[in-house]
Amino acid sequence: MNDSIQRLNAAAARLTRPVKFMEVCGTHTMSAFRSGLHSLMPANVTLLSGPGCPVCVTSQGDIDQLIDVARKPGMILCTYGDMIRVVGSAGSLEQARAEGADVRVVYSSLDAVKLAVENPTRQVVFAAVGFETTSPASAAAVLHADRLFLSNFTILTSHKLVMPAMRALLSADDLQVDGFLCPGHVAVILGAATFDPIATEYHKPCVIAGFEPLQIAAALARLTEMIADSICRSENFYSEAVTETGNRAAQELIAKIFRTDASYWRGLALLPDSGLVLRDQYRRYDARLRFQLGKPVDREIPGCLCGDVITGRATPIDCRLFGSACTPARAIGPCMVSSEGTCQAWFKYKRAVNRRSPLNLKSEISDGTLPAPVPAEGRAS
Amino acid sequence: MCLAVPARLVECRDNAAVADLHGNRVNISTLLVPTAKIGDWVLLHAGFAIQLLSEQEAQETFAVMNDLRAVAGEGP
Amino acid sequence: MASEQPFTGSKISLAHGGGGQLTDELISQCVLPRLGNSILSDLLDSAILPLLAAGEKPTLTIDSYVVQPLFFPGGDIGRLCVSGTVNDLAVCGARPLGIALSLILTEGLPKSTLEKVLDSTAATAKEAGVRIVTGDTKVVGHGQGDGIYITTAGIGATACYKLHPDLIEPGDAIIISGNIADHGMAVMLARQLPQVQSAIASDVAPLNQMIASLLQATAGVKFLRDPTRGGLAGVCADLASRTGRHITLEENLIPVDPRTRHVAEMLGADPLDVANEGKVLAVVRPGAVQAALAALQADPHGVNARVIGQVDATGEGVCELHSTLGGRRILLKAYGEQLPRIC
Repeated sequence: MNDSIQRLNAAAARLTRPVKFMEVCGTHTMSAFRSGLHSLMPANVTLLSGPGCPVCVTSQGDIDQLIDVARKPGMILCTYGDMIRVVGSAGSLEQARAEGADVRVVYSSLDAVKLAVENPTRQVVFAAVGFETTSPASAAAVLHADRLFLSNFTILTSHKLVMPAMRALLSADDLQVDGFLCPGHVAVILGAATFDPIATEYHKPCVIAGFEPLQIAAALARLTEMIADSICRSENFYSEAVTETGNRAAQELIAKIFRTDASYWRGLALLPDSGLVLRDQYRRYDARLRFQLGKPVDREIPGCLCGDVITGRATPIDCRLFGSACTPARAIGPCMVSSEGTCQAWFKYKRAVNRRSPLNLKSEISDGTLPAPVPAEGRAS
Repeated sequence: MCLAVPARLVECRDNAAVADLHGNRVNISTLLVPTAKIGDWVLLHAGFAIQLLSEQEAQETFAVMNDLRAVAGEGP
Repeated sequence: MASEQPFTGSKISLAHGGGGQLTDELISQCVLPRLGNSILSDLLDSAILPLLAAGEKPTLTIDSYVVQPLFFPGGDIGRLCVSGTVNDLAVCGARPLGIALSLILTEGLPKSTLEKVLDSTAATAKEAGVRIVTGDTKVVGHGQGDGIYITTAGIGATACYKLHPDLIEPGDAIIISGNIADHGMAVMLARQLPQVQSAIASDVAPLNQMIASLLQATAGVKFLRDPTRGGLAGVCADLASRTGRHITLEENLIPVDPRTRHVAEMLGADPLDVANEGKVLAVVRPGAVQAALAALQADPHGVNARVIGQVDATGEGVCELHSTLGGRRILLKAYGEQLPRIC
């Protein structure tokens, strides 16, 4: 039995009430599910997924604009793989590609710039999606394009910032989260101190964690211990990569190219200063401006509960569409399309035959009474 | 949302570097870690080094990545 | 407009697929020198094969190959089209007797490319001990097709050895013949990430001789499958669903080359979902495991063979992974192509 799981169980046994923790990073969601961590959690500790999947929190309108741009003649639309299957109100990038649009998956934003250099007669648009871990890459691409005086490269920005979303969650009256797992690689960029306010202003313990299952387990154990011992702190469990002040060069680059602006988050609505837009001196690299895309129009999908799911207000099984009309093969909302979406993760991984606690699809959120913690022995037989 | 892996720099000049991942070589940017040099270990995300790592930290990450894989014969 | 010139040009033209003189020249100059044998070189409309031995049943399979790029580290479409079809026969207990090979070429394809592919086809066929006994060539216009598409149908002979999912019982061991995910990762890198100088090579290989050794070494093999598209997860999920049995795989026993694992982590790919073209999954009676492993490990393509799981006595018809962390999750088939991700 793994040390961290043992510590988690030991701490859970000392709790006086069931607790819920939230991670706000799609990679945490994925890693936790893929490693079967959920099947090892003590009965009185629940791990929820928050708005950590950049694809899931990207507004419907932004996604539609991306697909519209891809469909324009002569365009090369470059994107990270995450976005390719996300469905807008009329199809996805993958479908647009099937219909003849030139959509290319890239590993690095600089590959998109390279494509612009190699295809001077085509317009290249890069889908700039992601949180602070990835926004420096978009900034670098714009800087590079600028140094090369490229006239055929633009980005469609929907970068979002993690802390404003966490503050919005923490400020909500109905928040039922006792502590947070903070995204390790966002912390690499911004520094561990970024997450201090969660403890100091909102009085919830939080732990910055890496992405390997052992690292997540260790962080959960610590969170549980902090609750059991009534400690409220922000701790860094990823100090091998996360320093107190973060990566200055990356922060400066982001600030040089982008400024913050209000941004629409699926499930959280419009949050001030929660997204990035290009600064005035770099506006010519703005695809919305160059191609006159106008304001994104958000059309909510009837019946889709993605907004509630990513804010922890609902679980996927609360959604009528989950598993019936909405499956990974035929996804309706982004939480099911995205490989890190909560709904897809639940669909794929949560139907574990867990002999310790047979999957009770109706709810894994305790009704408030404290069951005797069941020691998670791993394999029950 | 942060897939990142440790890698070692085998070439490094003017913000352009070659990172080694167990023998695979990939061209990356060191714009975000301007003090990086040949032989350094970095954390690699979407074609960019985002942090310097100590060799020990990198090896520990591999140990965690390959955790409990005390399997004989894993390799070519 | 069909060219009247003799075949001295360096590119394939539409006329090469027309069935006329240029087709004859293509066959005689490109195909027969590489693939020729007593049956093929007769160039009849059908291949008449030798009689089967008593008790043997004719076994037929077909597959198309549309891989891009045509050449990738460790192999190419020529090696793939022989290996894939031979392996499909072999996992059913059939010894391969002959392959029918259909080529669809795109106008403008360099002749040298075709020759390289046919060289590889010939070498792989020789390695597998199988002949290309009949074939066909068509050419489509510029922009149609991707250079070369190949369809191979394979005919084999199955003796009395029965391999079928219905034979699978609780307690049976799940064995994989070696490291997974190499082929799919190598091809993905070659296709989508040319900036990665890959140290990973496809495992594409004909496995009929290894499988024949396995079936000779023990009568305890219940079922064989090659985990191609859909990967190990796909095959095991299918098997569990088909048999209604619960299967458990042990994550820490599944062999993955560190070079492959590192790149998969970088790109967010799951090795369990990635295609293999030189591996076989075997479901084996517990008492036959040692003999099975010895036979596989004695073959160059099976040196890293090992037990990775078992069929359980109870539980619903799903395949569960017991993770290195000690947790559990259900293995499902992946939904689409593997793509580099940031998340």
